[in-house]
Formats: sequence, structure tokens, C-alpha cells
Amino acid sequence: MEREQVHKMLRDMLRARAFEERAAEEYSKGSFAGFLHLYPGEEAVAVGVIHATEPADYIVTTYREHVHALVRGTPSKAIMAELFGRRDGICKGMGGSMHLFDAERRFMGGYAIVGETYPIAIGVGYAILLRNLPEAVICFFGDGAVNQGTFHESLNMAALWRLPVLFVCENNHYQIGTEIHRHSAQTDVYKRASAYNIPSEKINGMDVLSVYSTTERLLKQIRNGGGPYLLELETYRFRGHSMADPGTYRPSVEVHSFTSQDPISIAAHELESSYPTAEEIAKVGPDCITQLTEQAQQTGHLLEQDLELIKKDIENEIDAAVDFAMNSPEPTMDECWLCFQNNQRAETLL
Amino acid sequence: MHEEILYWQALNRALDIAMAKDSSVFILGEDVGLFGGTYRVTEGLYSKYGEARVRDTPISENSFTGLGVGAAMIGMRPVVEIMTVNFALLALDAIINMAAKIPFMSGGQYAMPLVIRMPGGVAKQLAAQHSQRLEHTMMNVPGLRIAVPSTPQDAFWQFSQAIESDDPIILLEHELLYFTKGVLDSSIEALPMHKAQVRRKGKHLTIISYSKHALVSLQAAEQLAQQGIDTEVIDLRSLSPIDWETCIESIQRTHRLIVVEEDCKFAGAGAEIVSELTERCFFELDEAPIRVAGMNIPTPFNAKLEAASIPQVEDIVAAAQGFRLPS
Ligand SMILES: Cc1ncc(C[n+]2csc(CCOP(=O)(O)OP(=O)(O)O)c2C)c(N)n1
Ligand SMILES: [Mg+2]
Repeated sequence: MEREQVHKMLRDMLRARAFEERAAEEYSKGSFAGFLHLYPGEEAVAVGVIHATEPADYIVTTYREHVHALVRGTPSKAIMAELFGRRDGICKGMGGSMHLFDAERRFMGGYAIVGETYPIAIGVGYAILLRNLPEAVICFFGDGAVNQGTFHESLNMAALWRLPVLFVCENNHYQIGTEIHRHSAQTDVYKRASAYNIPSEKINGMDVLSVYSTTERLLKQIRNGGGPYLLELETYRFRGHSMADPGTYRPSVEVHSFTSQDPISIAAHELESSYPTAEEIAKVGPDCITQLTEQAQQTGHLLEQDLELIKKDIENEIDAAVDFAMNSPEPTMDECWLCFQNNQRAETLL
Repeated sequence: MHEEILYWQALNRALDIAMAKDSSVFILGEDVGLFGGTYRVTEGLYSKYGEARVRDTPISENSFTGLGVGAAMIGMRPVVEIMTVNFALLALDAIINMAAKIPFMSGGQYAMPLVIRMPGGVAKQLAAQHSQRLEHTMMNVPGLRIAVPSTPQDAFWQFSQAIESDDPIILLEHELLYFTKGVLDSSIEALPMHKAQVRRKGKHLTIISYSKHALVSLQAAEQLAQQGIDTEVIDLRSLSPIDWETCIESIQRTHRLIVVEEDCKFAGAGAEIVSELTERCFFELDEAPIRVAGMNIPTPFNAKLEAASIPQVEDIVAAAQGFRLPS
């Protein structure tokens, strides 16, 4: 893979991690309330998949979606301001953390009712079909979401009408506190697709490079009329389900086995030969610290500085996003009504 | 016995007692078992009664609620916990088409000893999909009984009664009430499940409310008292059936009515309450009844707008001040 692409993805993973950790900090400070579902640990999924999309593709996702929007190109300040519920948020402070929408980037929304992404995605897919365009829809969902009826209903229709949808399962093994073996009789999510004659596969979702190349291949196929596909990505969330959940129901051995596969350190590893990484990267995932310390000793100075520059850059970006959010005004009730009645303005109702 | 207890603990106690007493009682829902319940209502019961009677479910609301219906038909007493009312929208087929209809359609052959518990209401910045109040939806369904406890005592009584009842009962719990404290007195006899309760006696006007807003109304009544306005507050405790007699008796004394609800005003519970009471005591009312209700808008995420979209103490006080009271 091109060094440039790897470099960009590593950068986005670092941005994602920094954004989420900062959001957690602001939440703990009381800058905003509500449900906050964070993404650390799962970065390789959103980054790998979304880097493989074209601007003309559509994305439908869940309530754990800040990173998806960020990687898609929504400015970090517009996302942060939305988390703060401010006027300059991407949804003007009306949607919040779980409901990011960015029409300009074909980011079709974050949905907080589990199982809603499928019908929206096949609807968008159906429109693409009717318009006969070389576009695809990416439909994200969790492992817990496959037991909602809409999964089965939507997969059937997608297959029946050969809709251009890539179903992407972010399998982090948990439905809040319920581990996958306790919520699903079939724990290989990808196998379920075969009931609807939809081709599918499962790959390591901690490895951004294979996520990227697989998605790129699948999207090409889908845009060329290949019909729907289900891609299962095995991953793990390092934090609890949301800020309200410490995640203490998970055995520490399990948590450890995944943090040692930190997708960020895996991607950093790829850059090693030409781009020997430093302690800076090691800090990102607890278990890659020792792994990378040795390599850091053989590090070329220039490259280490490069990485530091990236991290500094990201830090500045996130600081600026928080500043922007904090200084953005609260929306007014009039603006609230305007959002609500936006579509009625041209119509005579009474 | 007389003790201070949290709302969730009262529900937990009721369920524990019912499960110990009757092996046909079981509970199922998302994260009710190992995790101990989203709002802790099932805490400790998984280890006590085992996973078959405290069942963690997949995210399949319509089907696990339907499972409750099927089990109830042959004599079990299932308690279905739907994590929040917002997800009950996915189970409306089981609730409305099945639970509410089967006893009737079968010509009375089947009972439906089913309890469906669900937290709802506007909490803190949970945004539009997670802040709904669906009492109007349930109220409009003949065959469902709806209890809306506002205190730990009522939560304990009404949940216990619901489990013992042979009708399908919806227990609407408010998300902001779980960690409120109150007295649980097991020595006093429980009120009937659907009986309203006068929480505060007053002579100038009657406020009728339910669930969390019954408590908000009480706060408003205290403020009004300082201004010399003596307010009666009725906590309905139930939205189907409604204890009209208690309401009418109050209006006959105060001649003024405010109905307070957190739900959207349009076609909400308040609309039903005001129209029934207007029909039944038109000539007792000195002034037009007032509804203080939520705005007809999805709940905004922004905290200030969220608060502005539902009745606050000041809104109730202002409404009461609008009455022309006899001096
Ligand atoms: C219909 C519905 N039921 C329940 C919930 C509560 N809930 C929110 S997220 C979640 C778990 C979802 O797990 P999964 O699909 O694996 O996604 P993850 O959060 O792990 O990314 C549950 C039960 C909900 N939002 N919607
Ligand atoms: Mg999951």
C-alpha cells in the first residue's frame, strides 16, 4: 500500500482517538450531558472503511458516530460544537452526540434506535438504483443490532432488488453489558448474510490496512452493480458502552488481549521500515509501549519529529475545536422552531 | 416497617418479593441479568433466581415482548422490561395488537397477566429519539392499563399489584425518578392501583398531574402558597383508567383546573383529562381549564432548549397566576 495512504489513515486514527478522549474530558467537566458513546479501540473500522469511499457514496451510521463524521470530513469544530449543543454545531445543537448529520458529505445520520440504519440504507440504495448511478451506501451497525427484525427484513430486500449497499458490522463483541455469545445463537455475523444470498466475509477490524483494501475492493464491485455485501469487522471498544458505563463486566484478560492489538499501533507498525515511530505513538495504546520503545532507539530523528508535528497539529486542531464549541452561542427557541418547520416554509398549510 | 428508599429500590423490592412468592413470575429484557438492569431495578436478582427467570435478551423488542404475551397466555406472569419507552415503539405490535387484544378476541378465554415496564420522559440531553413520552399512544388503546408511579411507595405498590393482575399493565416509570428518595411503609394498606391521590389540599385551584410532573406541580404549589394561592395537587397515579371521581370532587371545591403534563400538548393526556372533566363539571368551573404541557416539538439536544420545551415550576406558577381568584 502507498505510504501516503497509510500515513493519512494513521493521522486520522490519531485524530479520532484525540477527539474522543477530549470529548470524554469535556463530558466529565460537565460541558454537556446525555449519552456519549466513544470509539477508542475501533478506529481502524471507521477509518479503513471511510477512506475507501468516494465523495458520491453515502454513509448511514449509529449513535457511536463522531469518528465516522470526522473521517468523512465534517470539521472537528462542527462536531464538537454539536456535542456542546451549540448553534454552530453540524446540526445547530438540535441533534447532539448521537445524531450527527452532514448532508453536504452525504453523511445520512447517526441513529440512536438500534436497527434503524438498515432501512435507511436500503432506501438510499433504492434511490441510487432508480437513478442508475455508480454510487454505494455504507450501512454501519453493531453486533447487537443484528437481532433486530429490520436487519433480516432489510437484508432480504437488499438482496432481492440487488441494492448497492455495503453492510458493515462493527463487531465489538458487546451489546452494552451482554457479550455476543449471550445475545446471538450465531456469533459469526457474516454467516447470517447467507440466509439472504448475500456474499459476506469477516476480517480483522483492528488492522486498518486490510479494512481499507477490502472495503475498496467491495465498493468497486457494488458500484458496478454487484449487489449488496456484508463485511464483518472484528473489533473492540476500549471504554465502556457509554460514559454512563464503566464496562466492568468484561474480564480484564479479554480487554488486555484487544488493547494489545491497538489499531493505531498496528498501523504505526506498518510505517516502521520507512517511518520508524516513536514513544509518542506508543503512548496511544498501552501495550504497544514496550513494543515500540526498542524501535524508537533506532529512530531517525527527522521522522520522529514529523510524527511529533502530526501529534502537535492534532492537539491544536482539537483545542481549537473545543474553543470554537465553547464560544459558539446557544441556539434560540426561534431557531429551534425554524429547524422543525424548515420544510413547511414554502407551503400553504391552512 | 417504615424506611427511606430509592425509587429503583422500591421496584426491585416489589419484584424480588413477587419472584420469591410465585415461581411463575419471571423478568426479561436487555441487560436485566448479569448487568443488573439499566436503572438497577433487577440488581441482585440474576444471582438469586438464575438466568432463566432473569433473562438477558437480544435487541429484539417486538419478539421478546411477544414472548411475554405467549407465556402469559398459558399462565406465567412475565415482566417485560423495555429499556426505554422509545424502544417500545418497536414492540407496539406485541403490545397493541397482541397483549391488548387477545383477552377480548378470545371471548375471554385467555387472561393476560403481563407487566411491561418502561422508563420514559425527558431526562438530561438524551435528544429527540430518547426523550419521548408515549402515554398518549398507550392511553388510546382499549385493553391496556397504565400506571404512572411518582414515589417509591407507589412504585412498590403499583408494581406489586400489576404483577398480581390478570390484565396487561404498562408501568411507565420516569427516567429522572429512579434515584429519588421516599418513604416505603409496608404497614399501611396499598391504595387500589388506579386510585388518584390528593398530594396537597387546597381551596383556590386544582392541579392534576402524574409521574414526575406531579412532583413538579407540588413545588409550584408551595411557591403559590407563598403568594396566598392555595393549590390542591392531585397525582393521578394512573392514566388508564383515570380516577375521575377524585378529580371531580376537587373541582367542586376549587372551581379552577390546571392539568400539567410533560408530554406534548397536542392530543396528549391533558387533552383527554380536560375534555372529560369539562364535560362532567362544566358548571362547576369558574374559568376555562388550562393545560401546561410540553411543546409540540421533538426534544432539542441543547440543554436550555430542552428545559424550555417542557413545563417548569415557573410555567405552572404563571398559569395559576392567570386565574382571577376571589379576593
Ligand atoms: C431499539 C433499541 N433497543 C435498545 C437500545 C439501547 N441500546 C443502545 S446501544 C445498545 C447496544 C447496541 O450494541 P451493538 O449493536 O453491538 O452496538 P455497539 O454499541 O456495541 O457499538 C442498546 C441495547 C436502543 N438504543 N434501541
Ligand atoms: Mg457491539
